[in-house]
Amino acid sequence: MAAVIETQGLTRRYGRQTAVDALSFQVQEGDVFGFLGPNGAGKTTTLLMLLGLTEPSAGTARVLGFDPVRDPLPIKRLVGYLPENVGFYDDLTARENLGYVARLNRLAPDASRGNIETALDRVGLSDVGDKLVGQFSRGMRQRLGLAELLIKDPKLVFLDEPTLGLDPDGIHKILELILSLSRDRGITVVLSSHLLDQVQRTCNRIGIMVQGRMVATGLLSELTRAGESLEQLYMRHFQQR
Amino acid sequence: MATIFRKELSDHFASTRFLITFALVLMVAVVTTSMVGAHLREALEGMAKPSHVFLMLFTTSGQFFSLVQFIAFFGPLIGIILGFDAINRERNDNTLSKLVSQPIFRDAVINGKFLAGIVTVTLMLASLLLLITGLGLLTVGVVPGWEEAGRLAVYLLVSIAYVSFWMGLAILFSILFRSLATSALAAVALWIFFAFFIGFAADLVAHALAPVANARDAEQMVANQRVADAASLASPVVLYSQATSTILDPFRRTRQNLVMVGPMEKFSMDRFRNPLPLGQSILVVVPYLSLMIGLILACFGASYLTFLRQEIRST
Ligand SMILES: Nc1ncnc2c1ncn2[C@@H]1O[C@H](COP(=O)(O)OP(=O)(O)OP(=O)(O)O)[C@@H](O)[C@H]1O
Ligand SMILES: [Mg+2]
Repeated sequence: MAAVIETQGLTRRYGRQTAVDALSFQVQEGDVFGFLGPNGAGKTTTLLMLLGLTEPSAGTARVLGFDPVRDPLPIKRLVGYLPENVGFYDDLTARENLGYVARLNRLAPDASRGNIETALDRVGLSDVGDKLVGQFSRGMRQRLGLAELLIKDPKLVFLDEPTLGLDPDGIHKILELILSLSRDRGITVVLSSHLLDQVQRTCNRIGIMVQGRMVATGLLSELTRAGESLEQLYMRHFQQR
Repeated sequence: MATIFRKELSDHFASTRFLITFALVLMVAVVTTSMVGAHLREALEGMAKPSHVFLMLFTTSGQFFSLVQFIAFFGPLIGIILGFDAINRERNDNTLSKLVSQPIFRDAVINGKFLAGIVTVTLMLASLLLLITGLGLLTVGVVPGWEEAGRLAVYLLVSIAYVSFWMGLAILFSILFRSLATSALAAVALWIFFAFFIGFAADLVAHALAPVANARDAEQMVANQRVADAASLASPVVLYSQATSTILDPFRRTRQNLVMVGPMEKFSMDRFRNPLPLGQSILVVVPYLSLMIGLILACFGASYLTFLRQEIRST
Protein backbone atom coordinates (compact mmCIF):
# COMPACT_ATOMS: atom_id res chain seq x y z
CA MET A 1 0.00 0.00 0.00
CA ALA A 2 1.26 3.41 -0.94
CA ALA A 3 0.71 6.71 0.81
CA VAL A 4 -1.78 8.74 -1.19
CA ILE A 5 -1.37 11.78 1.01
CA GLU A 6 1.75 12.58 2.91
CA THR A 7 2.50 15.85 4.70
CA GLN A 8 5.60 17.07 6.51
CA GLY A 9 5.33 19.98 8.90
CA LEU A 10 2.52 21.51 6.88
CA THR A 11 1.74 24.94 8.32
CA ARG A 12 -0.59 27.75 7.41
CA ARG A 13 -0.63 31.06 9.21
CA TYR A 14 -3.16 33.85 8.81
CA GLY A 15 -1.45 36.93 10.19
CA ARG A 16 -0.48 36.00 13.71
CA GLN A 17 -2.88 33.12 13.95
CA THR A 18 -1.68 29.66 13.05
CA ALA A 19 -4.59 27.80 11.48
CA VAL A 20 -2.61 24.65 10.68
CA ASP A 21 0.44 23.97 12.80
CA ALA A 22 3.24 21.68 11.58
CA LEU A 23 0.94 18.92 10.42
CA SER A 24 2.49 15.57 9.53
CA PHE A 25 0.24 12.67 8.63
CA GLN A 26 -0.42 10.05 6.01
CA VAL A 27 -3.39 8.55 4.26
CA GLN A 28 -2.93 5.19 2.55
CA GLU A 29 -4.46 4.03 -0.70
CA GLY A 30 -7.96 2.65 -0.20
CA ASP A 31 -8.43 4.29 3.19
CA VAL A 32 -11.57 5.98 4.31
CA PHE A 33 -9.96 8.64 6.44
CA GLY A 34 -12.08 10.42 9.03
CA PHE A 35 -10.89 13.94 9.60
CA LEU A 36 -12.20 15.10 12.98
CA GLY A 37 -11.88 18.19 15.05
CA PRO A 38 -13.84 21.04 16.59
CA ASN A 39 -14.89 24.11 14.60
CA GLY A 40 -11.93 26.18 13.52
CA ALA A 41 -9.46 23.34 14.05
CA GLY A 42 -8.02 23.82 10.57
CA LYS A 43 -9.54 20.91 8.66
CA THR A 44 -10.79 22.90 5.70
CA THR A 45 -7.53 24.85 5.53
CA THR A 46 -5.61 21.57 5.37
CA LEU A 47 -7.76 20.28 2.53
CA LEU A 48 -7.28 23.55 0.63
CA MET A 49 -3.53 23.22 0.94
CA LEU A 50 -3.61 19.62 -0.27
CA LEU A 51 -5.49 20.76 -3.37
CA GLY A 52 -3.20 23.68 -4.07
CA LEU A 53 -5.98 26.19 -3.47
CA THR A 54 -4.00 27.85 -0.68
CA GLU A 55 -0.27 28.06 -0.30
CA PRO A 56 1.25 26.64 2.87
CA SER A 57 3.32 29.03 4.99
CA ALA A 58 5.77 26.20 5.67
CA GLY A 59 6.16 22.49 5.19
CA THR A 60 5.46 20.22 2.24
CA ALA A 61 2.76 17.89 1.03
CA ARG A 62 2.50 15.16 -1.55
CA VAL A 63 -0.83 14.11 -2.98
CA LEU A 64 -0.80 11.10 -5.32
CA GLY A 65 2.90 11.79 -5.74
CA PHE A 66 2.47 15.41 -6.81
CA ASP A 67 3.39 18.61 -5.01
CA PRO A 68 0.25 20.76 -4.66
CA VAL A 69 2.25 24.00 -4.72
CA ARG A 70 4.24 23.34 -7.87
CA ASP A 71 2.09 20.85 -9.68
CA PRO A 72 -1.58 21.36 -8.79
CA LEU A 73 -3.06 20.46 -12.16
CA PRO A 74 -2.61 16.66 -12.09
CA ILE A 75 -3.90 16.68 -8.52
CA LYS A 76 -7.02 18.54 -9.57
CA ARG A 77 -7.50 16.08 -12.40
CA LEU A 78 -7.41 13.09 -10.07
CA VAL A 79 -8.99 14.50 -6.93
CA GLY A 80 -12.65 15.28 -6.43
CA TYR A 81 -13.35 17.99 -3.88
CA LEU A 82 -16.74 18.57 -2.29
CA PRO A 83 -16.48 21.85 -0.40
CA GLU A 84 -18.39 22.63 2.79
CA ASN A 85 -20.94 24.56 0.78
CA VAL A 86 -21.31 23.37 -2.76
CA GLY A 87 -22.05 26.03 -5.30
CA PHE A 88 -23.86 25.61 -8.59
CA TYR A 89 -24.97 27.87 -11.38
CA ASP A 90 -28.56 28.33 -10.31
CA ASP A 91 -29.72 29.38 -13.75
CA LEU A 92 -28.57 26.11 -15.31
CA THR A 93 -30.11 22.69 -14.94
CA ALA A 94 -28.42 19.89 -13.03
CA ARG A 95 -27.34 18.25 -16.27
CA GLU A 96 -25.94 21.50 -17.64
CA ASN A 97 -24.00 22.09 -14.45
CA LEU A 98 -22.47 18.64 -14.68
CA GLY A 99 -21.81 19.12 -18.38
CA TYR A 100 -19.80 22.25 -17.66
CA VAL A 101 -17.65 20.45 -15.12
CA ALA A 102 -17.18 17.58 -17.57
CA ARG A 103 -15.96 20.01 -20.23
CA LEU A 104 -13.63 21.69 -17.76
CA ASN A 105 -12.20 18.24 -17.15
CA ARG A 106 -11.85 17.74 -20.89
CA LEU A 107 -13.98 14.62 -20.98
CA ALA A 108 -14.95 13.51 -24.46
CA PRO A 109 -18.60 14.40 -25.23
CA ASP A 110 -20.02 10.86 -25.32
CA ALA A 111 -17.98 9.71 -22.34
CA SER A 112 -19.22 12.71 -20.42
CA ARG A 113 -22.85 12.08 -21.37
CA GLY A 114 -22.55 8.52 -20.11
CA ASN A 115 -20.78 9.59 -16.93
CA ILE A 116 -23.38 12.25 -16.21
CA GLU A 117 -26.28 9.80 -16.50
CA THR A 118 -24.55 7.19 -14.35
CA ALA A 119 -23.62 9.79 -11.75
CA LEU A 120 -27.13 11.25 -11.58
CA ASP A 121 -28.46 7.75 -11.24
CA ARG A 122 -26.04 6.92 -8.45
CA VAL A 123 -27.20 9.87 -6.36
CA GLY A 124 -30.85 9.44 -7.29
CA LEU A 125 -31.35 12.65 -9.21
CA SER A 126 -32.06 11.22 -12.67
CA ASP A 127 -35.63 12.44 -12.85
CA VAL A 128 -34.82 16.01 -11.79
CA GLY A 129 -31.75 16.29 -14.01
CA ASP A 130 -33.41 18.88 -16.23
CA LYS A 131 -34.62 21.05 -13.39
CA LEU A 132 -32.87 24.34 -12.63
CA VAL A 133 -30.50 23.91 -9.73
CA GLY A 134 -31.88 27.11 -8.24
CA GLN A 135 -34.98 25.10 -7.36
CA PHE A 136 -33.09 22.32 -5.58
CA SER A 137 -33.31 21.69 -1.86
CA ARG A 138 -30.16 21.62 0.21
CA GLY A 139 -30.01 17.84 0.25
CA MET A 140 -30.47 17.66 -3.51
CA ARG A 141 -27.61 20.12 -3.98
CA GLN A 142 -25.44 18.04 -1.71
CA ARG A 143 -26.19 14.94 -3.76
CA LEU A 144 -25.57 16.83 -7.00
CA GLY A 145 -22.20 17.81 -5.54
CA LEU A 146 -21.38 14.16 -5.13
CA ALA A 147 -22.51 13.43 -8.67
CA GLU A 148 -20.13 16.14 -9.82
CA LEU A 149 -17.25 14.29 -8.18
CA LEU A 150 -18.23 11.01 -9.77
CA ILE A 151 -18.19 12.22 -13.36
CA LYS A 152 -14.49 12.90 -13.29
CA ASP A 153 -13.75 9.39 -12.07
CA PRO A 154 -11.39 10.42 -9.25
CA LYS A 155 -8.73 8.40 -7.47
CA LEU A 156 -9.16 10.38 -4.27
CA VAL A 157 -12.03 12.43 -2.93
CA PHE A 158 -12.13 15.12 -0.27
CA LEU A 159 -15.53 15.45 1.32
CA ASP A 160 -15.86 18.42 3.63
CA GLU A 161 -18.89 17.73 5.84
CA PRO A 162 -20.88 16.04 3.08
CA THR A 163 -23.84 15.17 5.30
CA LEU A 164 -24.43 18.67 6.63
CA GLY A 165 -28.13 19.45 6.63
CA LEU A 166 -29.29 16.11 5.25
CA ASP A 167 -32.20 14.07 6.56
CA PRO A 168 -31.37 10.75 8.25
CA ASP A 169 -32.28 8.79 5.16
CA GLY A 170 -30.11 11.09 3.02
CA ILE A 171 -27.21 10.69 5.42
CA HIS A 172 -27.56 6.93 5.26
CA LYS A 173 -27.62 6.95 1.46
CA ILE A 174 -24.60 9.19 1.16
CA LEU A 175 -22.57 7.13 3.58
CA GLU A 176 -23.55 4.01 1.64
CA LEU A 177 -22.42 5.70 -1.54
CA ILE A 178 -19.11 6.70 0.00
CA LEU A 179 -18.51 3.19 1.25
CA SER A 180 -19.32 1.73 -2.14
CA LEU A 181 -16.88 4.11 -3.81
CA SER A 182 -14.15 2.85 -1.60
CA ARG A 183 -15.22 -0.80 -1.82
CA ASP A 184 -16.04 -1.10 -5.54
CA ARG A 185 -13.80 1.44 -7.16
CA GLY A 186 -10.93 1.54 -4.69
CA ILE A 187 -11.26 5.30 -4.32
CA THR A 188 -9.50 6.77 -1.31
CA VAL A 189 -11.81 8.97 0.74
CA VAL A 190 -11.00 11.80 3.12
CA LEU A 191 -14.10 12.69 5.06
CA SER A 192 -14.30 15.65 7.38
CA SER A 193 -17.20 15.45 9.76
CA HIS A 194 -18.46 16.37 13.20
CA LEU A 195 -20.75 13.38 13.52
CA LEU A 196 -18.73 10.78 15.34
CA ASP A 197 -21.09 7.88 14.85
CA GLN A 198 -20.98 8.39 11.08
CA VAL A 199 -17.21 8.40 11.17
CA GLN A 200 -17.17 5.28 13.29
CA ARG A 201 -19.44 3.54 10.83
CA THR A 202 -17.56 4.49 7.66
CA CYS A 203 -13.91 5.19 8.36
CA ASN A 204 -11.04 2.80 8.93
CA ARG A 205 -8.47 5.47 9.76
CA ILE A 206 -8.94 8.74 11.58
CA GLY A 207 -7.09 11.89 12.46
CA ILE A 208 -8.18 14.24 15.22
CA MET A 209 -7.17 17.83 14.82
CA VAL A 210 -7.37 20.41 17.58
CA GLN A 211 -6.21 24.01 17.17
CA GLY A 212 -4.21 23.27 14.08
CA ARG A 213 -2.41 20.23 15.46
CA MET A 214 -3.01 16.57 14.76
CA VAL A 215 -3.41 15.17 18.27
CA ALA A 216 -4.17 11.58 17.31
CA THR A 217 -4.00 9.65 14.08
CA GLY A 218 -4.05 6.02 13.16
CA LEU A 219 -6.28 3.07 12.38
CA LEU A 220 -9.58 3.35 14.14
CA SER A 221 -9.30 -0.24 15.31
CA GLU A 222 -5.96 0.46 16.98
CA LEU A 223 -6.92 3.76 18.55
CA THR A 224 -10.04 2.35 20.13
CA ARG A 225 -8.47 -0.91 21.22
CA ALA A 226 -8.87 -0.32 24.92
CA GLY A 227 -12.62 -0.68 24.50
CA GLU A 228 -12.98 3.06 24.27
CA SER A 229 -15.63 4.44 21.92
CA LEU A 230 -14.66 7.00 19.33
CA GLU A 231 -16.60 9.58 21.28
CA GLN A 232 -14.64 8.93 24.44
CA LEU A 233 -11.40 9.09 22.49
CA TYR A 234 -12.36 12.36 20.90
CA MET A 235 -13.44 13.96 24.17
CA ARG A 236 -10.27 12.83 25.90
CA HIS A 237 -8.04 14.51 23.29
CA PHE A 238 -10.24 17.53 23.12
CA GLN A 239 -10.20 18.13 26.85
CA GLN A 240 -6.46 17.74 27.20
CA ARG A 241 -6.09 21.03 25.42
CA MET B 1 -10.08 28.45 -21.41
CA ALA B 2 -12.29 27.90 -24.44
CA THR B 3 -14.87 26.19 -22.22
CA ILE B 4 -15.02 29.08 -19.77
CA PHE B 5 -15.07 31.58 -22.61
CA ARG B 6 -18.04 29.86 -24.24
CA LYS B 7 -19.98 29.68 -21.01
CA GLU B 8 -19.32 33.30 -20.16
CA LEU B 9 -20.32 34.43 -23.62
CA SER B 10 -23.59 32.56 -23.57
CA ASP B 11 -24.20 33.88 -20.05
CA HIS B 12 -23.78 37.42 -21.32
CA PHE B 13 -26.16 37.02 -24.19
CA ALA B 14 -28.76 35.19 -22.18
CA SER B 15 -28.75 37.64 -19.31
CA THR B 16 -31.63 40.00 -18.81
CA ARG B 17 -29.33 42.86 -18.02
CA PHE B 18 -27.61 42.49 -21.37
CA LEU B 19 -30.97 42.64 -23.10
CA ILE B 20 -32.03 45.71 -21.14
CA THR B 21 -28.75 47.51 -21.78
CA PHE B 22 -28.82 46.65 -25.42
CA ALA B 23 -32.44 47.72 -25.81
CA LEU B 24 -31.69 51.02 -24.10
CA VAL B 25 -28.68 51.72 -26.27
CA LEU B 26 -30.56 50.81 -29.42
CA MET B 27 -33.45 53.03 -28.45
CA VAL B 28 -31.21 56.02 -27.86
CA ALA B 29 -29.38 55.34 -31.11
CA VAL B 30 -32.56 55.12 -33.15
CA VAL B 31 -34.11 58.23 -31.61
CA THR B 32 -30.96 60.31 -31.89
CA THR B 33 -30.17 59.18 -35.41
CA SER B 34 -33.59 59.97 -36.73
CA MET B 35 -33.59 63.36 -35.05
CA VAL B 36 -30.15 64.25 -36.28
CA GLY B 37 -30.91 62.76 -39.66
CA ALA B 38 -34.01 64.88 -40.17
CA HIS B 39 -32.15 67.93 -39.01
CA LEU B 40 -29.27 67.28 -41.36
CA ARG B 41 -31.54 66.73 -44.32
CA GLU B 42 -33.22 70.02 -43.71
CA ALA B 43 -29.94 71.85 -43.33
CA LEU B 44 -28.56 70.31 -46.48
CA GLU B 45 -31.59 71.23 -48.57
CA GLY B 46 -30.44 73.04 -51.67
CA MET B 47 -26.86 73.27 -50.47
CA ALA B 48 -23.77 72.00 -52.13
CA LYS B 49 -22.93 68.89 -50.22
CA PRO B 50 -20.01 69.47 -47.88
CA SER B 51 -17.61 66.59 -47.45
CA HIS B 52 -18.01 64.12 -44.61
CA VAL B 53 -21.73 64.63 -44.20
CA PHE B 54 -22.19 61.09 -43.09
CA LEU B 55 -19.92 61.49 -40.11
CA MET B 56 -21.99 64.43 -38.97
CA LEU B 57 -24.66 61.91 -38.18
CA PHE B 58 -22.48 60.84 -35.29
CA THR B 59 -21.05 64.13 -34.16
CA THR B 60 -24.03 66.47 -34.45
CA SER B 61 -26.12 66.70 -31.34
CA GLY B 62 -29.83 66.32 -31.76
CA GLN B 63 -32.17 67.45 -29.06
CA PHE B 64 -29.91 66.16 -26.26
CA PHE B 65 -26.53 64.88 -27.29
CA SER B 66 -24.64 63.45 -30.22
CA LEU B 67 -24.14 59.72 -30.53
CA VAL B 68 -20.46 60.11 -29.90
CA GLN B 69 -21.13 61.94 -26.67
CA PHE B 70 -23.63 59.29 -25.70
CA ILE B 71 -21.07 56.51 -26.06
CA ALA B 72 -18.42 58.58 -24.29
CA PHE B 73 -20.64 59.05 -21.24
CA PHE B 74 -22.63 55.84 -21.14
CA GLY B 75 -20.14 53.43 -22.68
CA PRO B 76 -18.45 53.12 -19.28
CA LEU B 77 -21.75 52.11 -17.76
CA ILE B 78 -22.14 49.35 -20.33
CA GLY B 79 -18.65 48.09 -19.49
CA ILE B 80 -19.34 48.23 -15.77
CA ILE B 81 -22.61 46.36 -16.15
CA LEU B 82 -20.81 43.60 -18.04
CA GLY B 83 -17.99 43.21 -15.53
CA PHE B 84 -18.81 44.33 -12.02
CA ASP B 85 -19.88 40.91 -10.72
CA ALA B 86 -17.65 38.68 -12.84
CA ILE B 87 -15.66 37.14 -10.01
CA ASN B 88 -17.40 38.07 -6.78
CA ARG B 89 -20.74 36.62 -7.80
CA GLU B 90 -19.08 33.28 -8.38
CA ARG B 91 -17.25 33.67 -5.11
CA ASN B 92 -20.45 34.37 -3.20
CA ASP B 93 -22.29 31.54 -4.93
CA ASN B 94 -19.41 29.19 -4.08
CA THR B 95 -19.03 28.24 -7.72
CA LEU B 96 -15.58 29.82 -7.80
CA SER B 97 -14.12 27.24 -5.46
CA LYS B 98 -15.60 24.53 -7.66
CA LEU B 99 -14.16 26.19 -10.76
CA VAL B 100 -10.62 26.49 -9.44
CA SER B 101 -10.60 22.93 -8.13
CA GLN B 102 -11.06 21.63 -11.68
CA PRO B 103 -7.95 20.83 -13.72
CA ILE B 104 -7.64 24.22 -15.37
CA PHE B 105 -5.05 26.93 -14.89
CA ARG B 106 -6.39 29.60 -12.67
CA ASP B 107 -5.62 32.29 -15.23
CA ALA B 108 -8.02 30.59 -17.62
CA VAL B 109 -10.85 31.94 -15.47
CA ILE B 110 -9.61 35.50 -15.89
CA ASN B 111 -8.74 35.09 -19.57
CA GLY B 112 -12.10 33.55 -20.36
CA LYS B 113 -14.02 36.30 -18.62
CA PHE B 114 -12.04 39.15 -20.18
CA LEU B 115 -12.27 37.67 -23.64
CA ALA B 116 -15.99 36.95 -23.41
CA GLY B 117 -16.57 40.50 -22.20
CA ILE B 118 -14.56 42.04 -25.03
CA VAL B 119 -16.34 39.95 -27.62
CA THR B 120 -19.71 40.97 -26.17
CA VAL B 121 -18.71 44.63 -26.28
CA THR B 122 -17.50 44.24 -29.86
CA LEU B 123 -20.71 42.65 -31.05
CA MET B 124 -22.81 45.22 -29.25
CA LEU B 125 -20.97 48.25 -30.64
CA ALA B 126 -20.61 46.81 -34.13
CA SER B 127 -24.31 46.11 -34.44
CA LEU B 128 -25.05 49.55 -33.04
CA LEU B 129 -22.85 51.18 -35.65
CA LEU B 130 -24.38 49.15 -38.45
CA LEU B 131 -27.84 50.08 -37.30
CA ILE B 132 -27.04 53.77 -37.23
CA THR B 133 -25.43 53.55 -40.66
CA GLY B 134 -28.52 51.90 -42.03
CA LEU B 135 -30.81 54.45 -40.47
CA GLY B 136 -28.58 57.24 -41.75
CA LEU B 137 -28.81 55.93 -45.27
CA LEU B 138 -32.56 55.99 -44.99
CA THR B 139 -33.04 59.40 -43.39
CA VAL B 140 -30.27 61.49 -44.93
CA GLY B 141 -29.86 59.58 -48.12
CA VAL B 142 -26.10 60.02 -48.28
CA VAL B 143 -23.89 57.06 -48.94
CA PRO B 144 -20.68 57.11 -46.94
CA GLY B 145 -17.53 57.06 -49.01
CA TRP B 146 -14.63 54.73 -48.39
CA GLU B 147 -12.85 57.29 -46.34
CA GLU B 148 -15.81 57.81 -44.09
CA ALA B 149 -16.23 54.07 -43.71
CA GLY B 150 -12.58 53.87 -42.74
CA ARG B 151 -13.08 56.56 -40.14
CA LEU B 152 -16.07 54.74 -38.73
CA ALA B 153 -14.04 51.53 -38.50
CA VAL B 154 -11.33 53.31 -36.52
CA TYR B 155 -14.00 54.87 -34.35
CA LEU B 156 -15.44 51.42 -33.69
CA LEU B 157 -12.01 50.13 -32.70
CA VAL B 158 -11.40 53.01 -30.31
CA SER B 159 -14.87 52.59 -28.80
CA ILE B 160 -14.36 48.87 -28.26
CA ALA B 161 -11.11 49.61 -26.47
CA TYR B 162 -12.84 52.26 -24.40
CA VAL B 163 -15.80 50.18 -23.24
CA SER B 164 -13.51 47.17 -22.73
CA PHE B 165 -11.33 49.24 -20.45
CA TRP B 166 -14.28 49.97 -18.19
CA MET B 167 -15.29 46.34 -18.25
CA GLY B 168 -11.74 45.36 -17.29
CA LEU B 169 -11.77 47.85 -14.46
CA ALA B 170 -15.08 46.45 -13.24
CA ILE B 171 -13.69 42.91 -13.37
CA LEU B 172 -10.69 44.04 -11.34
CA PHE B 173 -13.04 45.50 -8.74
CA SER B 174 -15.04 42.30 -8.72
CA ILE B 175 -11.85 40.51 -7.70
CA LEU B 176 -10.87 43.06 -5.09
CA PHE B 177 -14.27 43.45 -3.44
CA ARG B 178 -16.40 40.60 -2.24
CA SER B 179 -19.64 42.49 -2.24
CA LEU B 180 -21.38 43.05 -5.54
CA ALA B 181 -22.65 46.44 -4.44
CA THR B 182 -19.19 47.63 -3.41
CA SER B 183 -17.53 46.71 -6.67
CA ALA B 184 -20.33 48.24 -8.73
CA LEU B 185 -20.24 51.43 -6.67
CA ALA B 186 -16.47 51.71 -6.83
CA ALA B 187 -16.53 51.46 -10.60
CA VAL B 188 -19.41 53.91 -10.92
CA ALA B 189 -17.68 56.36 -8.58
CA LEU B 190 -14.59 56.28 -10.76
CA TRP B 191 -16.70 56.77 -13.84
CA ILE B 192 -18.47 59.79 -12.38
CA PHE B 193 -15.18 61.28 -11.31
CA PHE B 194 -13.52 60.82 -14.69
CA ALA B 195 -16.55 61.93 -16.65
CA PHE B 196 -17.73 64.92 -14.65
CA PHE B 197 -15.09 66.08 -12.23
CA ILE B 198 -11.89 65.61 -14.17
CA GLY B 199 -12.08 69.23 -15.31
CA PHE B 200 -11.94 70.53 -11.74
CA ALA B 201 -9.22 68.10 -10.81
CA ALA B 202 -7.15 69.10 -13.84
CA ASP B 203 -7.56 72.78 -12.94
CA LEU B 204 -6.39 72.08 -9.41
CA VAL B 205 -3.34 70.26 -10.70
CA ALA B 206 -2.63 73.04 -13.17
CA HIS B 207 -2.87 75.71 -10.49
CA ALA B 208 -0.54 73.77 -8.30
CA LEU B 209 2.05 73.09 -11.01
CA ALA B 210 1.82 76.20 -13.15
CA PRO B 211 0.17 78.92 -11.07
CA VAL B 212 -1.13 82.00 -12.84
CA ALA B 213 0.14 84.98 -10.84
CA ASN B 214 -0.97 87.57 -13.33
CA ALA B 215 -4.15 86.91 -15.27
CA ARG B 216 -2.95 89.13 -18.12
CA ASP B 217 0.26 87.23 -18.62
CA ALA B 218 -0.54 85.18 -21.70
CA GLU B 219 2.47 82.94 -21.30
CA GLN B 220 1.42 81.91 -17.83
CA MET B 221 -2.11 81.31 -18.99
CA VAL B 222 -0.95 79.08 -21.81
CA ALA B 223 1.35 77.10 -19.55
CA ASN B 224 -1.46 76.65 -17.08
CA GLN B 225 -3.83 75.51 -19.81
CA ARG B 226 -1.26 73.06 -21.13
CA VAL B 227 -0.88 71.41 -17.74
CA ALA B 228 -4.64 71.25 -17.31
CA ASP B 229 -5.02 69.63 -20.74
CA ALA B 230 -2.32 67.12 -20.00
CA ALA B 231 -3.78 66.32 -16.57
CA SER B 232 -7.26 65.80 -17.94
CA LEU B 233 -5.83 63.17 -20.28
CA ALA B 234 -5.52 61.03 -17.16
CA SER B 235 -9.23 60.48 -17.61
CA PRO B 236 -10.11 57.73 -20.09
CA VAL B 237 -13.27 59.68 -20.87
CA VAL B 238 -11.26 62.69 -22.04
CA LEU B 239 -8.81 60.43 -23.81
CA TYR B 240 -11.65 58.83 -25.69
CA SER B 241 -13.40 62.08 -26.55
CA GLN B 242 -10.17 63.52 -27.93
CA ALA B 243 -9.49 60.45 -30.01
CA THR B 244 -12.97 60.17 -31.43
CA SER B 245 -13.35 63.82 -32.25
CA THR B 246 -10.11 63.68 -34.17
CA ILE B 247 -11.20 60.70 -36.18
CA LEU B 248 -14.81 61.71 -36.80
CA ASP B 249 -14.28 65.42 -37.26
CA PRO B 250 -11.57 65.79 -39.90
CA PHE B 251 -11.70 69.57 -39.70
CA ARG B 252 -10.21 69.55 -36.28
CA ARG B 253 -6.54 70.34 -36.51
CA THR B 254 -5.30 69.98 -33.00
CA ARG B 255 -6.54 68.60 -29.79
CA GLN B 256 -5.90 71.95 -28.15
CA ASN B 257 -8.91 73.65 -26.72
CA LEU B 258 -9.82 76.64 -28.75
CA VAL B 259 -10.42 78.86 -25.74
CA MET B 260 -7.04 80.44 -26.11
CA VAL B 261 -7.57 81.38 -29.72
CA GLY B 262 -8.49 84.96 -30.43
CA PRO B 263 -11.44 85.85 -32.70
CA MET B 264 -9.25 86.80 -35.64
CA GLU B 265 -7.28 83.62 -35.53
CA LYS B 266 -10.46 81.66 -35.27
CA PHE B 267 -11.84 83.38 -38.30
CA SER B 268 -8.80 82.63 -40.38
CA MET B 269 -8.78 79.05 -39.19
CA ASP B 270 -12.40 78.68 -40.19
CA ARG B 271 -11.75 80.15 -43.59
CA PHE B 272 -8.93 77.89 -44.50
CA ARG B 273 -10.24 74.76 -42.96
CA ASN B 274 -9.21 71.70 -44.84
CA PRO B 275 -10.05 68.22 -43.77
CA LEU B 276 -7.20 66.27 -42.24
CA PRO B 277 -6.64 63.21 -44.44
CA LEU B 278 -7.59 59.84 -42.98
CA GLY B 279 -4.00 58.70 -42.69
CA GLN B 280 -3.10 61.79 -40.70
CA SER B 281 -6.13 61.40 -38.47
CA ILE B 282 -5.15 57.85 -37.74
CA LEU B 283 -1.66 58.99 -36.83
CA VAL B 284 -3.17 61.40 -34.34
CA VAL B 285 -5.41 58.69 -32.90
CA VAL B 286 -2.85 55.93 -32.55
CA PRO B 287 -1.27 57.27 -29.34
CA TYR B 288 -4.70 57.55 -27.72
CA LEU B 289 -5.61 54.07 -28.81
CA SER B 290 -2.36 52.64 -27.49
CA LEU B 291 -2.89 54.45 -24.20
CA MET B 292 -6.32 52.89 -23.88
CA ILE B 293 -5.03 49.45 -24.75
CA GLY B 294 -2.32 50.02 -22.16
CA LEU B 295 -5.01 50.79 -19.61
CA ILE B 296 -6.87 47.58 -20.48
CA LEU B 297 -3.66 45.61 -20.11
CA ALA B 298 -3.01 47.25 -16.76
CA CYS B 299 -6.46 46.18 -15.51
CA PHE B 300 -5.89 42.72 -16.88
CA GLY B 301 -2.45 42.42 -15.31
CA ALA B 302 -3.65 43.66 -11.95
CA SER B 303 -6.63 41.27 -12.05
CA TYR B 304 -4.36 38.45 -12.96
CA LEU B 305 -1.88 39.07 -10.17
CA THR B 306 -4.45 39.54 -7.43
CA PHE B 307 -6.55 36.61 -8.52
CA LEU B 308 -3.69 34.14 -8.80
CA ARG B 309 -2.61 34.85 -5.25
CA GLN B 310 -6.05 34.87 -3.68
CA GLU B 311 -7.27 32.12 -1.44
CA ILE B 312 -10.61 30.77 -2.56
CA ARG B 313 -12.65 29.21 0.18
CA SER B 314 -16.29 28.29 0.11
CA THR B 315 -18.18 30.06 2.83
N1 LIG C 1 -8.91 33.92 5.34
C1 LIG C 1 -8.67 33.74 6.65
N2 LIG C 1 -8.11 34.73 7.38
C2 LIG C 1 -7.85 34.56 8.69
N3 LIG C 1 -8.12 33.45 9.36
C3 LIG C 1 -8.67 32.43 8.71
C4 LIG C 1 -8.98 32.51 7.33
N4 LIG C 1 -9.53 31.35 6.94
C5 LIG C 1 -9.56 30.59 8.05
N5 LIG C 1 -9.05 31.21 9.11
C6 LIG C 1 -8.91 30.67 10.47
O1 LIG C 1 -8.26 29.43 10.39
C7 LIG C 1 -8.76 28.55 11.38
C8 LIG C 1 -9.06 27.21 10.76
O2 LIG C 1 -10.19 27.33 9.90
P1 LIG C 1 -10.80 26.09 9.12
O3 LIG C 1 -11.86 26.60 8.22
O4 LIG C 1 -9.71 25.32 8.50
O5 LIG C 1 -11.47 25.25 10.28
P2 LIG C 1 -12.32 23.91 10.18
O6 LIG C 1 -11.57 22.89 10.95
O7 LIG C 1 -12.64 23.60 8.79
O8 LIG C 1 -13.62 24.33 10.98
P3 LIG C 1 -15.15 23.86 10.76
O9 LIG C 1 -15.30 22.58 11.46
O10 LIG C 1 -15.92 24.92 11.45
O11 LIG C 1 -15.41 23.80 9.32
C9 LIG C 1 -9.96 29.24 12.01
O12 LIG C 1 -9.58 29.70 13.28
C10 LIG C 1 -10.25 30.39 11.09
O13 LIG C 1 -10.68 31.49 11.85
MG1 LIG D 1 -14.36 23.42 7.72
